[in-house]
Amino acid sequence: MAHDHDHDHDDGPAEPKGPGLAERTYFVPLIKGLANTLHHMFRVDANTQHYPEQRRAPAPGYRGEHRLKRDELGREKCVACFLCSTACPAHCIEIVAEEAPWSDREKRPRLFNIDMMRCIYCGMCEEACPCDAIELTPVFNIPSRTRGEKIYDKERLLSN
Amino acid sequence: MIHDIITNPYVIQIFKAVLVFGAVLQIVPGLVYFERRIAAWIQDRVGPNRVGPLGALQPVADVIKLAFKEDITPDGADRWIYRLAPLLVYAPAILAFTVIPVGLDTQAAHFDLGIVFLLTVGSFGVYGLAFGGWASNNKYSLIGGLRASAQMISYEVALGLAVISVVMTAQSIDLQVIVQQQYSAGGTLLGLHLFGFDGFLSWNVFRQPLAAIIFLIASFAETNRLPFDLPECEAELVGGYHTEYSSLKFATFFLGEYVAMLTMSALMVTLFLGGWHMPWLDVPAVMGDASIWTILISIGIFTGKLTFLLFFFIWVRWSFPRFRYDQLMHLGWKILIPLSLGNLGLTALGGILGWNWLIPLPF
Repeated sequence: MAHDHDHDHDDGPAEPKGPGLAERTYFVPLIKGLANTLHHMFRVDANTQHYPEQRRAPAPGYRGEHRLKRDELGREKCVACFLCSTACPAHCIEIVAEEAPWSDREKRPRLFNIDMMRCIYCGMCEEACPCDAIELTPVFNIPSRTRGEKIYDKERLLSN
Repeated sequence: MIHDIITNPYVIQIFKAVLVFGAVLQIVPGLVYFERRIAAWIQDRVGPNRVGPLGALQPVADVIKLAFKEDITPDGADRWIYRLAPLLVYAPAILAFTVIPVGLDTQAAHFDLGIVFLLTVGSFGVYGLAFGGWASNNKYSLIGGLRASAQMISYEVALGLAVISVVMTAQSIDLQVIVQQQYSAGGTLLGLHLFGFDGFLSWNVFRQPLAAIIFLIASFAETNRLPFDLPECEAELVGGYHTEYSSLKFATFFLGEYVAMLTMSALMVTLFLGGWHMPWLDVPAVMGDASIWTILISIGIFTGKLTFLLFFFIWVRWSFPRFRYDQLMHLGWKILIPLSLGNLGLTALGGILGWNWLIPLPF
């Protein structure tokens, strides 16, 4: 009470001022908020890609569905060495080998199935392959009606 | 013969009623579409743009989707009240709209008690929300219904007091008279007669600015729109009182909410923004009192003002976060009601002492 007049000489930290009337009624902040949203509303926005019409270019190294490659004679490059199947952490590659009819290799795959529902698209098969026969493509959006359709056989993989 | 039929007052009355009801029901899908589009633009998105040109048929698709959903009544629900609740939200809202003068002599029902009828019927909506919350046999619904009732009752007081201020200014509870009077009262602001602002500064929003602000805030709360949408806040109550509703029962709730928003905006236009009058242009005088053009133009003007208010409702919804429950009650009881009471007292005092510079009264 007695020290009211020498308020300025208090050595303690200044009391934080309560919000003033303008702040407590929120009037100005409300106007500011409305102005902000109005600004956003009339902003020309180029961020959205209209998906089916506009497709984004896949990033380099994007890992989508697999493809089996052919050599220059049109034969599949795979020699059924089982390295991809061994490297696969999801155990989704099933290979049955048979004797190759050609002189430059001993084996070729009779069966080469990849369960795309199991695959985790890690790309380890591609890295393990000694013949550069399997690779991951950027294709990511092939739907199917049944689970069976997502087990790709050799022909499907060769045509991918 | 045909002339007799179309000039029969009952036929005209039925025609007007059908027109207004039909128009209100047709506006709602468009409103839903615009709400979604505007929300998207405000949030830098695109919004529904696939169904029909620019996505304009999206509401149709929504309604078809809702109509084909399974209509579930939860176990332990109070069946009749459960079925009644959506109708009790929807019917009062659209019934209240009937007394709004959307144009010169264009009301579904014109009677002297306009504003009293509107407030009375409009406040029945709270029963729908409370019943829906109670009958669903769900804790979230119950809390939503409770919140809705508490909130609507609280804000109805402030809303009613703001309306009474306007009624005192206009000296009438007939909505047509209130509209007419907002044009003919002349334009003065704090006693200064500003030349060229006749019919604009005489709007009640300038004569009763405080009442206008209170009415606006309270109408947000009455229609459960976003700064006050605690009854259905998703974060804590799933869907509030309509958590358990599905299919067309949910659609009716939804419809009722939008019609309530429409009615509140229309009431705001009528009470504060000059109704169907255009500033600076006396349409009935120019086009002739009984001309069909007068009616069409006045409906157009009303629709224009209504569109702006509806846009404002949507704009506010996507700009601000929700109140906390105690903040809501604090605002309602400790701020809006005293302010509106004060405004009421000031209006009364101004009327008695003839303070025309403060509140220009029509005498």
